[in-house]
Amino acid sequence: MIFEGTVHKYGRDVDTDVIIPARYLTTNDPAELAKHCMEDIDAEFVSTVQPGDIIVAHENFGCGSSREHAPVAIKASGISVVIASSFARIFYRNAINTGLPIVVCPAAASEAQAGDRLRVDLGAGTVENLTQSKEYDAEAFPPFMQELIDRGGLLKYVKAQLVERSRS
Amino acid sequence: MGSTITEKILARAAGRDEVHAGDIIEAKVDLALANDITAPLAIAEFEKAGFTKVFDPARIALVPDHFTPNKDIKAAGQAKKMREFARRHEIVNYFEVGRVGIEHVLLPDTGMVAPGDLVVGADSHTCTYGAVAAFSTGMGSTDFAAAMAWGHVWLRVPESIRFVYSGRPGAWVTGKDLILHTIGLIGVDGALYQAMEFSGEAIRTLSMDERFTMCNMAIEAGGKNGIVGFDEKTTQYLQARPEGSRARTAGRVFASDDDAEYARVLEIDASAVPLTVSKPHLPSNAAAAADLADVTIDQVVIGSCTNGRIADLRQAAAILRGKKVHANVRAIILPGTQQVCLDAIADGTMQALIEAGCAFSTPTCGACLGGHMGVLAEGERAVATTNRNFVGRMGHPGAEVYLASPYVAAASALAGHIATPEDVGAGKGGPR
Repeated sequence: MIFEGTVHKYGRDVDTDVIIPARYLTTNDPAELAKHCMEDIDAEFVSTVQPGDIIVAHENFGCGSSREHAPVAIKASGISVVIASSFARIFYRNAINTGLPIVVCPAAASEAQAGDRLRVDLGAGTVENLTQSKEYDAEAFPPFMQELIDRGGLLKYVKAQLVERSRS
Repeated sequence: MGSTITEKILARAAGRDEVHAGDIIEAKVDLALANDITAPLAIAEFEKAGFTKVFDPARIALVPDHFTPNKDIKAAGQAKKMREFARRHEIVNYFEVGRVGIEHVLLPDTGMVAPGDLVVGADSHTCTYGAVAAFSTGMGSTDFAAAMAWGHVWLRVPESIRFVYSGRPGAWVTGKDLILHTIGLIGVDGALYQAMEFSGEAIRTLSMDERFTMCNMAIEAGGKNGIVGFDEKTTQYLQARPEGSRARTAGRVFASDDDAEYARVLEIDASAVPLTVSKPHLPSNAAAAADLADVTIDQVVIGSCTNGRIADLRQAAAILRGKKVHANVRAIILPGTQQVCLDAIADGTMQALIEAGCAFSTPTCGACLGGHMGVLAEGERAVATTNRNFVGRMGHPGAEVYLASPYVAAASALAGHIATPEDVGAGKGGPR
């Protein structure tokens, strides 16, 4: 998959409370959640984000609460992929489980500026900063994570496991 | 090469002789839990995926504790989805309002967690149960949905950091001060993807309630789990759980080997840890409470999954008894469970807190995450015994939260600014 979009840039330790404040967690509806995405860290985000845009952040993106509503809100807001220097572990699992593409790439994350145009090739594992004319290699997913993604996500994987178990 | 306690528990749960950091395992779940925020999303995913049956209705806990008693119509709708699912699938451990408590106080206290267990929860503070020498970790809703259907979970075996606390904590210094201080040392991603193993003579002196507090906040350093080795205090705690409960009957005791491999060993002199407060807007922003006397406050919150146990309320009452909360301060108590409320009634703790001018809530996460029961307005400032002080955490994004122990929170409630027990005339004392 290849994504091209404009960068929304954040610092380190972006927590899930600012990605989607708890006061909006009375629904699971992605469109409702998207209306408040990033509200407490960037009040302009919702009015400026365009389909395909890219969130870029420094270390420990998605720390704090385990709320899966965070990657759901980001994805529904139109963001195509999140690039960070590192991700908090629960967010990392949640992003994979909800189909929000994420890329670990410290060099791209530290050099990208708000408004830059980026091109991300998930298959090739590359991030290209079109504005700065630079290209970076992203970290590959661990093999097990890649297998989960290739098999259509965790719940499909679990279904297959249960079918196998009932046969044996 | 030896193994850490975390590796041993995960090896047992994976049905292997041994596992080591970095291994990917599929492990059997002893208990999976979710709450009224995370369960509705999990139920939707569970049903969308076409699952019709949970792996074991006795090994799932559904705990409506966040926005209950229902804070508004939408929250009521979410709680209803969870209740109906619990009835449909005959979930044994569904806790209705009136019996419910804050999940991470309620579940261990009702004896649902045994040493050596593997617990996963759709709540980041699931790491709390490491205090009874179990492996427990937080996940999202889809992971919980998968665990409900499968009874298993995939995990990457974490490396461990061993924290060795030497010396005796000073006057009024609690486990909360130790963990805030520790997060201040290593940062909010200082233990990212890793196990935080708390050990040393100072940990042995801590009550179980303080150990729960420390393990509870492992996630605030990015940790996968927090864990304390089994000792006499663990035994006493487990023996006091309800007869026939898992805690009384199912324990498997593991301990780290002397030659276990650690990513890092950090030695901390507990006698030098001050009464600690984490300033806005990160739990790692630790400072000495004594240096923050110029910070005036509007609200104090004492309770939550971090510090809502009876010992915490007794600590608050020890400071507040016979005195009055400052005229400019709203002091709110969020007890962990109904049993905590009963215990607080029985020994006069509740009376002392109410007479001092505190509002006593029913058990709920409520104010901790800006849900209800104490939401902050723009520009307001709170001292809270909770676990997070992120922007907007307790209400308006322009509000501020300072994290502290029950002693410091209670002293601050009296003073109207951040204060230590000695500042409000309590002399030298503390839990030991």
